[in-house]
Amino acid sequence: MAARAAFDAELARAVIDSRRSAPGAALPILHDLLHQFGYIDDAAIALMAEALNISKADALGVVSFYHDFRRASIDGHVLKLCRAESCQAMGCEDLVEHLEARHGLAPDAWDAGRGLQVETVYCLGNCALSPAALFDGAPIGRLDRGKIDAIVADAEGKAS
Amino acid sequence: MSAQVFVPGDSSALSVGADGVAAVLSREARSRGLDVTIVRTGSRGLFWLEPLVEIETPAGRMGYGPVADEDAGSLFECGFLAGGAHPKALGRVDDISYLKRQRRLVFARCGLTDPLSLDDYRRHGGLKGVEAALRLGPKATVDEVLASGLRGRGGAGFPTGIKWRTAAAAAADRKYVVCNADEGDSGTFADRMLMEGDPFLLIEGMAIAGVSIGATMGYIYIRSEYPHAFATFSRAIERARSAGVLGERVLGSAHAFDLEARLGAGAYICGEETSLLESLEGRRGEVRAKPPLPAISGLFGKPTVINNVLTFASVPWILDHGAKAYAEYGVGRSLGSQPFQLAGNVRYGGLIELAFGATIRELVEGFGGGARSGRPIRAVQVGGPLGAYFPQSLLDTPLDYEAMAAAKGMLGHGGIVVFDDRVDMARQARFAFQFCAKESCGKCTPCRIGSTRGAETIGKIIAGRDRQKNVELLRDLCEVMTDGSLCALGGLTPLPVLSALDHFSEDFAKPPTRAVAE
Ligand SMILES: Cc1cc2nc3c(=O)[nH]c(=O)nc-3n(C[C@H](O)[C@H](O)[C@H](O)COP(=O)(O)O)c2cc1C
Ligand code: SF4
Ligand code: FES
Repeated sequence: MAARAAFDAELARAVIDSRRSAPGAALPILHDLLHQFGYIDDAAIALMAEALNISKADALGVVSFYHDFRRASIDGHVLKLCRAESCQAMGCEDLVEHLEARHGLAPDAWDAGRGLQVETVYCLGNCALSPAALFDGAPIGRLDRGKIDAIVADAEGKAS
Repeated sequence: MSAQVFVPGDSSALSVGADGVAAVLSREARSRGLDVTIVRTGSRGLFWLEPLVEIETPAGRMGYGPVADEDAGSLFECGFLAGGAHPKALGRVDDISYLKRQRRLVFARCGLTDPLSLDDYRRHGGLKGVEAALRLGPKATVDEVLASGLRGRGGAGFPTGIKWRTAAAAAADRKYVVCNADEGDSGTFADRMLMEGDPFLLIEGMAIAGVSIGATMGYIYIRSEYPHAFATFSRAIERARSAGVLGERVLGSAHAFDLEARLGAGAYICGEETSLLESLEGRRGEVRAKPPLPAISGLFGKPTVINNVLTFASVPWILDHGAKAYAEYGVGRSLGSQPFQLAGNVRYGGLIELAFGATIRELVEGFGGGARSGRPIRAVQVGGPLGAYFPQSLLDTPLDYEAMAAAKGMLGHGGIVVFDDRVDMARQARFAFQFCAKESCGKCTPCRIGSTRGAETIGKIIAGRDRQKNVELLRDLCEVMTDGSLCALGGLTPLPVLSALDHFSEDFAKPPTRAVAE
């Protein structure tokens, strides 16, 4: 994954300012912050509230509503694994077990020490080639244990 | 002229290596001193053949697939640029039975053209719908949509013309057109394919809506799980703007219409139209009570037409060919064509656009070729996570709005997911509740609390505790959720649950296993 900028209030302010006048600016701002820093820092939420002239509680309410806006910095690669029905029919739960048993990677357990995080998602629109995943944004279809092992090795190789 | 080789850039095709294949083909061509242009297209939707490489020949488009990197050398040796024989050769793509048996109105161009070339779009019949709308004027355009019988393809099946007429009649200083591209239903991918493979069609459909209701601004809300669709669609908007399809004067007319793409943030409920509007306004995606209808008071309190991707994308054909021609397809009150999406444990999964009227069996057996595992098909879920599971005995149910409702199911967005005989339907029912609990917006108690309670109750049934009592409890709970939920997330979660209970009751009576109380 591309190296991300460490959180920086000045940078965050600039990101927010470039979007603040758009109608309904909160989601575009939060996506830009996520893109810039990889997570939504508490300080950024306060800055956004100020810029949009809403209360901090309201801004926090928006951030916490959406699964995408993670609040803690993560380090490393993200495997978004689909666990919805079409992928269930093609054995995605077996892959979840394999990730845990073989690689010690539980889904949605944000472990900062690992170079790879596994995140549950529901449908990637690649259901005709289930099981499906996105690895750092790149789509993977017909996922199987072998491909999982290669992804983990790849992530660990890049991390070290 | 250089030879053109078409390689899909659709994200499903990418997921099985299309980028690599495009790169290897281009390298091979160079090393052989051949003048070859690689054109990236959308997908034809025959996903078991991806990456499906096509060549233009005097006899038509010839196909090769699924192509692996290793095939590149032998393809050139076999003279594939002239349609030569090869173990991966498929012959004329249009003659592939899976495609030939379809009725592609919406997906006519997808996979054929360069999605970002407006010239290509025009050459293949694009922009004729909006030109017709500009000729007809707003009122006649809305009448045409009304007469076509088009119903919303996002799930609820509401007549599109009525919605447009309401918004057109509402007086306001501003109006909006919003496209629902949240496509959250599992087993569906038609919206994504279209945004990646033929984005100008959707832009054209939205522009027609703008012109006919008097809106000058439109938004499209694309889910964040679709980064490629978002990127392609955003570029298509820019190109449409610089070519004068969007902007101050739509195709030189007196109508202004512009578009902006917005990204969702991983919340299934934001596919519900009022939640989507809240989200576009920058708030939590909590469902609004209706009335007021969005057509009267929608985005920023202004009259708003909100439709699904496929709904807008059906409109250009209707304007180009006429409402009557469209309404000749289909059955009863389900008129026109429906792009079905076949997925799950099936041999030939893909995009199947047909006139309404085909049965589930025709799709899963006739097109799908049975389960990919080679085992018997046991259950088929139609209509996404809120849709019913059908057993073998009901596979002859026709896939139209009324027949689905009569069978206690729904068509939804046209997703069809196949399961073989290893599926445990009690667990599928429990998943329906878990999904509802996870994605509930939290506004009403039956949905927020009921879904968690439902998942626990099925856990007890699986564990063999007080089975009869708990099944009764489950049915009561479903009734409360059906009657007492503000929107269809809470209101329809009982569909998959009850269909599992009604058609697969044996799975709720199996000897208890140990892995239970999750
Ligand atoms: C929980 C829930 C999720 C929905 N998700 C979607 C979706 O992802 N895409 C969509 O077009 N409609 C979705 N809908 C339906 C919309 O509320 C609405 O009916 C639709 O956008 C109207 O457009 P149409 O008439 O063109 O179908 C959803 C509804 C509910 C209750
Ligand atoms: S049914 Fe569920 S998702 Fe729908 S409004 Fe109520 S709590 Fe929200
Ligand atoms: S259900 Fe997994 S990609 Fe659609």
